[in-house]
Amino acid sequence: MNVQWRQLDQPQEIAAPAAGLIRLSDARRGDRGVVIAVSPAGINGVGSAESEELERRLLEIGFVEGAKVEILHEGFIGRDPIAVRLDDMRVALRRREAQGVLITLSAE
Amino acid sequence: MNAPVPVRDLRLALVGNPNSGKTALFNALTGGRAKVANYAGVTVERKEGFLTSPAGRKVSVLDLPGTYSLRARSPDEEVTRDVVLGQRAGESPPDLLVCVADATNLRLVLRLILELKQTGQPAVLALNMIDIAQRQGIDIDIPALSRELGMPVVTTVATRKRGIEDLLAAIDTLADAKAEHGVSAWHAPSAKEIRDSHREAERIIKIAVLPPKRPDTWTGKIDDVLLHPVSGILILLAILFLMFQAVFSWATPAMDMISGAFEWLSAQVVHYVPDGMLQSLLANGVISGVGSVLVFLPQIMILFFFIILLEDFGYMARAAFLMDRIMGGAGLHGRAFIPLLSSFACAIPGIMSARVIDQKRDRLTTIMVAPLMTCSARIPVYTLIISAFIPRRQVWGFINLQGLVMLGLYVAGAVSALAVAFVFRKIFWRGAAEPFIMELPAYKMPDAKNVARNVLLRAQIFLNRAGTIILSMMVLIWFLSTVPFKPAGAPGPAIDYSFAGMIGHWLQPLLAPIGFNWQMAVALVPGMAAREVAVGALATVYAIGDGQPGQLATTLSNRWSLPTALSFLAWYIFAPQCASTLAVVKRETNAWRWPIIMFVYMIALAYIAALITFQVASRF
Ligand SMILES: Nc1nc2c(ncn2[C@@H]2O[C@H](COP(=O)(O)OP(=O)(O)OP(=O)(O)O)[C@@H](O)[C@H]2O)c(=O)[nH]1
Repeated sequence: MNVQWRQLDQPQEIAAPAAGLIRLSDARRGDRGVVIAVSPAGINGVGSAESEELERRLLEIGFVEGAKVEILHEGFIGRDPIAVRLDDMRVALRRREAQGVLITLSAE
Repeated sequence: MNAPVPVRDLRLALVGNPNSGKTALFNALTGGRAKVANYAGVTVERKEGFLTSPAGRKVSVLDLPGTYSLRARSPDEEVTRDVVLGQRAGESPPDLLVCVADATNLRLVLRLILELKQTGQPAVLALNMIDIAQRQGIDIDIPALSRELGMPVVTTVATRKRGIEDLLAAIDTLADAKAEHGVSAWHAPSAKEIRDSHREAERIIKIAVLPPKRPDTWTGKIDDVLLHPVSGILILLAILFLMFQAVFSWATPAMDMISGAFEWLSAQVVHYVPDGMLQSLLANGVISGVGSVLVFLPQIMILFFFIILLEDFGYMARAAFLMDRIMGGAGLHGRAFIPLLSSFACAIPGIMSARVIDQKRDRLTTIMVAPLMTCSARIPVYTLIISAFIPRRQVWGFINLQGLVMLGLYVAGAVSALAVAFVFRKIFWRGAAEPFIMELPAYKMPDAKNVARNVLLRAQIFLNRAGTIILSMMVLIWFLSTVPFKPAGAPGPAIDYSFAGMIGHWLQPLLAPIGFNWQMAVALVPGMAAREVAVGALATVYAIGDGQPGQLATTLSNRWSLPTALSFLAWYIFAPQCASTLAVVKRETNAWRWPIIMFVYMIALAYIAALITFQVASRF
């Protein structure tokens, strides 16, 4: 299933997470996966201008379809923010922003 | 007939991601001599240096702020964009871009380079940190990379000055070829275009870069400890605690030496210069005034040593991660941690580094609370009062009580900064939080030379300040507290008759409820120029008032009550006693409104805090 998803090149219009897909914001420490879509549109409390900006910000720092992610660390209050391994680099972000990234979890 | 070959001067600009080693490369190219100024109209620091290339060109190098994209969101990134596009008024466009890449982390910078290529500027790529890449066994096919990117590629180790000749040779070759500037086809990329450029960067990496054979496992292992919810926080607290204990214990010998030297100098003046105005000016005004401020140089250097060391190690981003939720609770961005931490050294660089925060509201809040962090200019004041009133002894066997009180003052500043930020957000803007997305760089062994250079740079800035503002304030205070002269045979100390005495006596009723005497009121007025000036002012006021220069701390402990001393400390946590900070806020926010609000709220807090402290302490 992973393999199949990784072929996916174009961003998909995904309104709600389909089966097997979760938002990066719902992932827990130790979870690994692959980015399937970066589309912050319609997530809680994010306006449309803001979501377009957030999409580009996420893309520029390397959250792009096909990138491998792993949750490395969680903050000590409310498990927020999270530190993520993103391909070869490490990125810290809040769960609020992480809602815009959809991933498939891969087996351990 | 050897006619000199006419060579055109060349302007370079260094562009790259944050942490790619631009500043190190800048220093390697220019020998570290930089002309630091501001860009016209904005306060983004403009750092320019010069060198002569092997072909004899006079080259100027511009260090641009780090960025992931030309699509600017912060004033810093706007400067980078405008300079690269040649759109900055009063700034001729660079002839050549030097793209600086961290060879161990190429993906994002390659995407940036693809964007830079659209501007049509000739460019060369410096693959920096190649030493680390080689250690990790990252195999980079330089010719392939160069071919795919369509620009010369040179490997460098900026901190060891390796590869600099190759880089200069490539620059000369490119300049000889008189590479023409193409027409800029750049526009702010859409989400789709960013995806496309990512795919292109990915393709190039597949062709030219083999993944590390010995990937850096240290960063992960260190993060397991430093980002751990329990050990991470404990270590952060321990680092801050160690930092402040060190500021107190390590600096003592150097401080004793400096104050000894100034006392000796003062004694020489008294010995050799005849009694009168000149002797008084030199001994009481200049030497004792400047000496009582310079004595804090060792502490300031130790504080900066820690900040720079942690920054170079890569810890600062981790601290931002750990602090984000706490900062976020106060409505601040995790990134505000770095400006606020710099504000421990001085609010001015702190306020200026708030530029890394993209969002205007977060940035304004950070600016408004930065002066509440305990800047090093408060150290002289705090140290003076602590050494005069807090006994030097150990509590629980190992903690220095004086250090503990100092830590308490720092905590009070930091906590009030968070509280004020919270209130600001509630009053001025109630919008949603801004995004917090930040790269966590790989840990690096700090480079001793780089750290030393930066600490010395900070010391130099402090000395320049001591040499200009503080010296002139000292002379002014000496004048205010000497003229008009005491009439012959009149009772009381001479300073009672001077201008300073008049101002002090006039202000004193206002300050009586918080326990300040008129000497303190006198010291507060010039203390507006800079906080540490108050120490020199007190020295001058008391030295002249007593007619004999003595140890200031001893004098104070005889003259002030404990409640007065504590009230003075409380005042100094909050008071906006720094005209340059207010001026910088005006410049950074481009409006008088913010410095005025800052002044009013800080002076109100100072008065209330001092009032409560004095009234409560007087009851015991
Ligand atoms: N081993 C090694 N370390 C380097 C090299 N170049 C820079 N560094 C280190 O990398 C760190 C970051 O370098 P800077 O020069 O501050 O990076 P920068 O791009 O100016 O960073 P920003 O100012 O944040 O944009 C410093 O600790 C340097 O000592 C290199 O070639 N090899």
